[in-house]
Amino acid sequence: MSGLKAHFPVLLVVVPLLTAPLLALIRQKQVARALALLSALATAVIGWGLVIAAREQVEPLSYHLGGWPPPIGIEYVVSQASAFVVAIVSSIAALGLLLGTRETRKEVTEGQQHLYYAAYLLCLAGLLGMAITGDAFNVFVFLEISSLSTYSLVAMGNRRRAFSAAFNYLILGTIGGTFVLIGIGLLYQVTGTLNVQDIAHRVQELEDVAPDSHNLTLLVAFVFMIVGLGLKLAVFPLHQWLPGAYAEAPAAVSAFLAGTATKVIYFQLLRTTVVFFGAAHVFGALRFGTHVLMPLSIAGMFIGSIAAIYQPTLKRMLAYSSVGQVGYLTLALSFGTEAGVQAGLLHLGAHAVTKAGLFCVVAAIVAGVGSNRIQRLNGLGKRMPIVAFAFVLGGVGLIGVPGTSGFVSKWALLQAAFASEHYLVAGLVLLSSLVAVVYVWRIVEVMYFQAPPVDEKTTHDNLAMVPALILLGASVLFGLFPDQVVELAADAAHQLFLEPGSLPPLPTGGHG
Amino acid sequence: MSPELTIGLCLAMPVIGALLVALTGKKPNLREAMTGLASLATIGLVLTLVAPVMQGDQPQWVVVDALLPGVPLAFRVEPLGMLYALVAAGLWPVTSAYAVGYMRGHHETNQTRFFVCFALSIFAALGIAFAANLGTLFLFYEVLTLCTYPLVTHHQSPEARRSGRIYLGILMGTSIGFLLLAIAWTYAKAGTLDFRRGGILAGHIDPAMLPLLLGLFAYGCGKAALMPLHRWLPNAMVAPTPVSALLHAVAVVKAGVFSVLKIVVYVFGLDLLHSTGSSEWLMWVAAFTLLMGSLIAFKQDNLKARLAYSTIAQLAYIVLGAALVTPDGIVGGGLHIATHAVGKITLFFCAGAILVAAHKKNVSELDGLGRTMPLTMGAFFIASLSIIGVPPMGGSWSKWYLALGAADEHAIFVAVLMVSSLLNIGYLIPIPVRAFFFPPKADEHGDDGQGHGHGHGHGGDDAKGGMFAGEAPWLCVVPLCLTAVGCVVLFFMAHWVVRLIAPIVGVAG
Repeated sequence: MSGLKAHFPVLLVVVPLLTAPLLALIRQKQVARALALLSALATAVIGWGLVIAAREQVEPLSYHLGGWPPPIGIEYVVSQASAFVVAIVSSIAALGLLLGTRETRKEVTEGQQHLYYAAYLLCLAGLLGMAITGDAFNVFVFLEISSLSTYSLVAMGNRRRAFSAAFNYLILGTIGGTFVLIGIGLLYQVTGTLNVQDIAHRVQELEDVAPDSHNLTLLVAFVFMIVGLGLKLAVFPLHQWLPGAYAEAPAAVSAFLAGTATKVIYFQLLRTTVVFFGAAHVFGALRFGTHVLMPLSIAGMFIGSIAAIYQPTLKRMLAYSSVGQVGYLTLALSFGTEAGVQAGLLHLGAHAVTKAGLFCVVAAIVAGVGSNRIQRLNGLGKRMPIVAFAFVLGGVGLIGVPGTSGFVSKWALLQAAFASEHYLVAGLVLLSSLVAVVYVWRIVEVMYFQAPPVDEKTTHDNLAMVPALILLGASVLFGLFPDQVVELAADAAHQLFLEPGSLPPLPTGGHG
Repeated sequence: MSPELTIGLCLAMPVIGALLVALTGKKPNLREAMTGLASLATIGLVLTLVAPVMQGDQPQWVVVDALLPGVPLAFRVEPLGMLYALVAAGLWPVTSAYAVGYMRGHHETNQTRFFVCFALSIFAALGIAFAANLGTLFLFYEVLTLCTYPLVTHHQSPEARRSGRIYLGILMGTSIGFLLLAIAWTYAKAGTLDFRRGGILAGHIDPAMLPLLLGLFAYGCGKAALMPLHRWLPNAMVAPTPVSALLHAVAVVKAGVFSVLKIVVYVFGLDLLHSTGSSEWLMWVAAFTLLMGSLIAFKQDNLKARLAYSTIAQLAYIVLGAALVTPDGIVGGGLHIATHAVGKITLFFCAGAILVAAHKKNVSELDGLGRTMPLTMGAFFIASLSIIGVPPMGGSWSKWYLALGAADEHAIFVAVLMVSSLLNIGYLIPIPVRAFFFPPKADEHGDDGQGHGHGHGHGGDDAKGGMFAGEAPWLCVVPLCLTAVGCVVLFFMAHWVVRLIAPIVGVAG
């Protein structure tokens, strides 16, 4: 067992990556579903196993692919942060598949379902690989794996608009991916290495040599990577693809994407700013945080949330809310402090769980009333009391009411803002939370204050509610007993901020 | 019983009650019995805490070590919280009885949901009362807002929806926008959120920022209904009357002013505010609210709206007491929590009884009602006197202490208090006067025309047949008589209350 455990970092990626083509070959939807679920559950177990393993170590675990030592070989790094991210991503993926059991049968065209599961697992493998790899080029490869499969997943939505949404996403996503690649290429040109730690070392050396004069190639590389990641993360104003993609994808895919895709990219953004280029340089000399990221984040917080108020469907509303929530994530980073990154990681977890849970609720609603148009939700409080209540619970989580995970992360964000003396920003964070009250309560009013239609039937999809309740329950649990996760996020942030020089020289030989 | 267990049971009892109510929802009588039992059990448990607190003990219970990093979910029963808990829990059984009479008499729907949310609101109120730090307080403060929202919007009508928006918008807007900001700021500066004697902020914050922080707290506790953020309270009157009575005269609004008092005493500390004069502006805001609330109450013809504006004014008394930052002011504010609660709940009970029995909502329609509803209008009269502050009613003591608190340094507010009392007379007393002395409107009853009334409603002893035929169901009438008696009892019991809370500000009762 311990032998197997040593290979957890690579198994995390290999299990879904190998199951995916298998599913495409099987062409048997029942078997495919079971296998996909099994595989996702296995990765979830591995993910949490990695968290435990990482918690036991002071330094990040390094896994050498094929036994080749870095920087020549490819290294997988299990740091506190990456373990945290992969655990969340893999768990949400498993729950998304659980949700998909009934839903996808209706939403995805008959005969494509095995491909749906294959694409789903490929996407998962890509996301997990991106989070765990310690090799910059690998990041790009996994980014593309996850992106390509996401495009096809979005296109499987049952409305024709899904195609245009997927195409839109494809164009913008590809531009983003290409920018990232150009950035990595330039970095490689400057540093001559692709290993993340090694890059960090050398960039630091370059910056130390001439602290005042910016190395122009480095700067260009930085800008390319930031814009590319910003596109994939849907940072305002690069968010145009997100609402369409989330709204048109099958319900289970929306839940999966909302909880995972942007989160992994956010982790890449953390690594790029804090590790690759060094927090001191990016946030100090370049003033990237206060002069670029902060205003964009604040604009995103408000514009995303305000746009959410005016959306005609639940999915679009939640999608725009995500644009706003990404604003909180990047705002946390923009302080450029450990406390900020801690808050960002907490919000990453909190929002992943809450938003995925809400999309699961939407899936149940779609199954129940056949639409997620807000005007069709009248009287839902009477027709589907548990579903409606779950939506309210998730909604309060988005607002950040105490007792939910959203509050814990917002609190951390406030503390980070105060610690770096951004008082006004703290006020703006809370002000934008109030916009969330508006868009959540708009739905509550429709569900509870409008009489249910007389002649319409509602079907109850209890199975869809299982993952929803698990996720929202987790949100409340984390809201009431946050100390473990808060500690984890603090350690993870601390680890990210360690100067690359203070890490021991890379070990040579052997793996695990 | 260990203190942890007692506190835990106090908090658990309303929740258990809510669960039992939900489970027995199909059988109304059984369901009402559950509410009754839970409310009696709760007040019984709360009462067991009084003796230790009177002896200077502060029972506490740490539930979770870290609700937030460095902020435990913890409860500590200190004198002010004890008082607020007593008021909220003590009036719950009475209100429950009243609510049963009212809800049935008025044929309300969704009664199960109503009683469930009601019990949960009491749970939240007790949580606020016993909170040992600002984090815990904020948690229950938000729970209270969310639990009362379904009560406010009980009728689910367009009007209820509009009022619900204002209710939630103002209460949640202020609590998230201001209170949470203030709490986070406090934590960033002081490194703790515990309520401590003497405050936690001294030496940690630039004194120039104190007025701003105090403002964030005072307006953040939107439930205190300081002008101009008072609009939610009149709007909340769209709720069934028992809700207006217990929640919007007692539990919810008192949660706001109680929080303000507690924050002034335990977060800022009287010395800090006194030495910097940071609360001066708040006195003026409170005084303004106090006078404006009364003036607006004058022109309200809708009885519940008039009472709501009266409540806004009376809440400002308590904020004024806190802002004076003198020991007497704090004692007066604390005392006013109790005396106003008992008085105003009686007034609301009466308003509801009038609605149930006579189907009247407006002051102008009450002429001659004293003949058909002598008990109700008598109780109304007694409670009005208490609100005005006439001995021998409880309200006289709280005004006395508030005046004492103001007399030393801010004598102008003594004048404000006096003017306000006059205003109170002006908008409250005409109501029983109309009821008892004015002839009924001709089209209502045939038996009018003899223009002499009974004087006060005390003539209720000689219960002749037909005398009370016009009264509301007995489940409505008995509670309002009880609370009216309570107004008088408080006059003679006030020294107990003073003895309870005086130690926190270092004066002997």
